[in-house]
Amino acid sequence: MVLIFAETVNGQFKKTAFEAVTYGAKTAALMGVDCAALVLGPANDAGALGRYGAKRVYQVSDGALANFDAQTYAAVITDAVRQLGARVVILSHSATGKSLLGRLAARLDAGSAPGVNALPDVGGGFRVKKPVFSGKAIAELEITSDIKLVSLMGNALPPEAGGSEASVEALQANVPASRVRVKEVKRVEGIVPLPEAELVVSAGRGMKGPENWGMVEELAEVLGATTACSRPVADAHWRPHHEHVGQTGIAIRPNLYIAIGISGAIQHLAGVNSSKTIVVINKDPEAPFFKAADYGVVGDLFEVVPRLTEAFKRYKAGQ
Amino acid sequence: MKILVCVSKTPDTTTKIALTPDGKSLDMSGVQYIMNPYDEWYALVRALELAEAANGTVTLLNVGPADNDAIIRKGLAIGANDAVRIDVADPGSSLYVARQIADYARDKGYDLIFFGKETIDYNGSEVGAMAAEYLDLPYVSYASQLDVAGGVATVARDIEGGVEVVEVDLPLVLSAAKGLAEQRIPNMRGIMMAKSKPLTVVAPSAAPNHVGTVGYTLPQAKSSVKLLAPEDMDELVRLLHEEAKVI
Repeated sequence: MVLIFAETVNGQFKKTAFEAVTYGAKTAALMGVDCAALVLGPANDAGALGRYGAKRVYQVSDGALANFDAQTYAAVITDAVRQLGARVVILSHSATGKSLLGRLAARLDAGSAPGVNALPDVGGGFRVKKPVFSGKAIAELEITSDIKLVSLMGNALPPEAGGSEASVEALQANVPASRVRVKEVKRVEGIVPLPEAELVVSAGRGMKGPENWGMVEELAEVLGATTACSRPVADAHWRPHHEHVGQTGIAIRPNLYIAIGISGAIQHLAGVNSSKTIVVINKDPEAPFFKAADYGVVGDLFEVVPRLTEAFKRYKAGQ
Repeated sequence: MKILVCVSKTPDTTTKIALTPDGKSLDMSGVQYIMNPYDEWYALVRALELAEAANGTVTLLNVGPADNDAIIRKGLAIGANDAVRIDVADPGSSLYVARQIADYARDKGYDLIFFGKETIDYNGSEVGAMAAEYLDLPYVSYASQLDVAGGVATVARDIEGGVEVVEVDLPLVLSAAKGLAEQRIPNMRGIMMAKSKPLTVVAPSAAPNHVGTVGYTLPQAKSSVKLLAPEDMDELVRLLHEEAKVI
């Protein structure tokens, strides 16, 4: 059986959960085995995972699962894997999934592949591919243990809804107490978090100062995009640290990445060059970012960005 | 306070990646190696700050071949007291490395075991979690702030779209993200002192790999950029909709 751990935040499934279920269902079809999803703690409409291909949904309900704790969650998932006889376990390659994958590998004595971006090759073995060296190469890995663990990179394949609701069954599992006491959770409300965003508008030092960010925010708002920034901008406190994308910030792979006034240092590219489409706006035609871009505009961003915002408004009005 | 900092060797980000003529493996000749930045800039420096404040010690741990000694010496130059290298020619899978670290650390009584949040080559983010599991210790990943008082660690950790603040009793395993500390550049005195600090080489324990590398491929080269006139942003919007199909 292929078992997918479907992540929730405050009882709501994340988009990455639907992606993971889609991936797991396709993997199960390739292997000719069953596919089920596992939900820990409260979840709104768990049966909906069936639409993405889960034949059944198992839910463990316990007050101790309300807050995520890797050690507790890993113990419960291990218990579920053993009870259900799962041979392949799929997680999302999110902060949650990453802190679980290693623990599960150690607990289950299983090989793991973090951050895969394509379906496995199951002809004869179990081989997966993942980008390495900042996207400069793709490694093919073979997992040789009985149980195989995989975490799926966000935005690697679109969630496919089409099936029917799945039945939700309660699963009894041993839930150990957490040794980590959560004191406070501060989430930025009302925006799509960067790792999950499909559209991102990002700006760099070319903006000249934090007072000029209004036009970036307006473009993002018209587009329904999440804002991001380069490292120097975050280091200078022009923008909050959670907006910093790049090697030492957050690595993202949205469908559209619009880079405004960012030269495109290799450390920045390392965090964004898996984006499906990259638009670069820069007045310097020699900016290295143009080499990684799909579309480029050489011009003064203070003129180009408002013009682009107006063009998006006309496009939205015409839809 | 007794602290262990696990450090890893990675190719520098600017390294050019090429395949060997048979197309199966990476041509690593001429590759410049560095200490993984998350290990060096954040994990090691915060460990040193805590040890300095509490009259503690910081030990570096690396799993790898003798070539890694240059990177270990750099960590000693930055300020670690001593170092241990578990002598493995090719460290193989994350699980194997984590087992080496756990088997070494198990009976040493460390209060804190640091990792970087991930290596910049494979971005797996696995070894810390695995080692914590083998050691049956709590693990806090993506720490961007850490204070220790009275045997309790207070950690701010990065989560998607925000920050979570947690408290954990020591001993504890954690992984360091940006913000945990400010990078330290080794000075001449540190570099000289590093030469005489102990670097112990120990033999590995028996452990499974469970994951092997089949080979590598290079990604398809990106087609060259399509430049648009700065006056005509309607054309860019049209291309994003009709050609790229992202809006």
